[in-house]
Amino acid sequence: MRLHAACTARPRLAQRARATRPARVASAMIGLACALSMAACAGGGSPGPVSSPGAGGPAPAGASPHLSGTVTVFAAASLTGTFTALGHAFEAAHPGTTVRFSFAGSSALAQQILAGAPVDVFAAASPETMALVTGAAPTGREVPVVFARNRLEIAVPAGNPGRVTGLVDLTRPALRVALCAPQVPCGAAAAAVFAAAGLTPAPDTLEQDVKAVLTKVELGEVDAGLVYRTDVIAGGDAVRGIDFPQSSAAVTEDPIVALPDAPNAAAAQAFVDLVRSAQGRAVLAAAGFDVG
Amino acid sequence: MLVPALVGLAFLVLPVVAVLLRTPWAALPHQLARSEVLESLRLSLVSATLATTLCLLLGVPLAWVLARSELRGRGLVRALVTVPLVLPPVVDGVALLLLLGRRGVLGQYLDAWFGISLPFSTAAVVIAEAFVAMPFLVISVEGALRAADRRYDDAAATLGASRWLTFRRVTLPLVAPGVAAGAALSFARALGEFGATITFAGSFPGVTRTMPLSVYLALETDPDAAVVLSVVLLVVSVLVLATLRGRWLSGVPR
Repeated sequence: MRLHAACTARPRLAQRARATRPARVASAMIGLACALSMAACAGGGSPGPVSSPGAGGPAPAGASPHLSGTVTVFAAASLTGTFTALGHAFEAAHPGTTVRFSFAGSSALAQQILAGAPVDVFAAASPETMALVTGAAPTGREVPVVFARNRLEIAVPAGNPGRVTGLVDLTRPALRVALCAPQVPCGAAAAAVFAAAGLTPAPDTLEQDVKAVLTKVELGEVDAGLVYRTDVIAGGDAVRGIDFPQSSAAVTEDPIVALPDAPNAAAAQAFVDLVRSAQGRAVLAAAGFDVG
Repeated sequence: MLVPALVGLAFLVLPVVAVLLRTPWAALPHQLARSEVLESLRLSLVSATLATTLCLLLGVPLAWVLARSELRGRGLVRALVTVPLVLPPVVDGVALLLLLGRRGVLGQYLDAWFGISLPFSTAAVVIAEAFVAMPFLVISVEGALRAADRRYDDAAATLGASRWLTFRRVTLPLVAPGVAAGAALSFARALGEFGATITFAGSFPGVTRTMPLSVYLALETDPDAAVVLSVVLLVVSVLVLATLRGRWLSGVPR
């Protein structure tokens, strides 16, 4: 019971003592405790223990935090796999709740939110897109937090037929190379890493989105492509990732926020807490996101 | 009858009217002068023309076989011909990659024996466009062949004309309007082709980035430019189709 009181009190606490580090640590710990108790409550009335990453200790006795209804989450397409898994975990932890997702390009989602879509949680693929919704200098509970980072990797087909070892190989005209078009975020990131390396790439195709680049690598139609680390992992055995030092020149940040006029405010905050919890970080890290 | 017909016309025309209403006309000359726009417009016209030619060369004989031969299983063949129409274009593109890609069923031999690799080339654009456009030509020409009076062919044959001569001098002129209509439809489909092209041929300026691909990419950063590009594509297609049909269909007895 006390834990749950802390959960509901948390936003205000976080708001008041946002700037100080100890307060942030405390807030994070409370968040973690909330996640643990959530996982512990996953069984609802059933007596059996609930196994869940992050829920190591014995289940504290207590009722669920009385969350109910639908939580509507708008999230960048790159979060489809991880957030779907976390949505199931959330519904299991809070019987009676339903998490409804809309996955799309984050700028399209931002436009929908600005147009009045009733949304509880927004997770964007860049701080710039998030700023479209929250404004440049948000205050109070609207402050988005970066919960995951992603970086580019060279993706090559299994077996690495083009014998690619680094970014410099993507400048060889003989090699088939796919990049994102500079007009889309992954293409802008690619341009940044090539600029940082002082190289001019020799692409054969400039794709509309990162998944199209990944598909061409998976099918072996290109010898190399630049995609996000998470895409390399999503590609499974068909794709191998090659890290390169210049990737630090274009690290993407994914911020999340419980929107101020969320129709289901308590559940919105609980979902954000879940994403930032040990369980959430484990899911994101397994998918290749940098959560450190 | 008239009311649903008007509703039908409005349904087809109003979205285009909306594009025209929202077009920033002042930006049109500027957009038209951009070299990327001209480049992709030229690529679109060239590849759609080549694709239509390919459709004619392969589609007319196929339509003739479907309409005139006594082959068993023609119904099945006819259904197979329409498959590219039914599939989502992106799936058409994936299918082409799996067949003709560098590791494709046939493509791996093209690459190993001849050093030919189709994806990411203008040839791939033409193939993708012809693949999705040919069913229109086959269906249109087959319909015309079925409607044409076969007794003219029989008369030519009794006068000693060979099959090829009969086809060339009697059958083809009789079904010319159907061939023209089919070619115009195929050209229009090829010009607007997007999904199969971007999947099979990729998108590179001057090589594979046709107008529809440019429009889609422009939507990402500059929706106004996308609208202007759409209008350019629209005007060019209407002009080409009107000219084609006007020239080929004039003098046809009604």
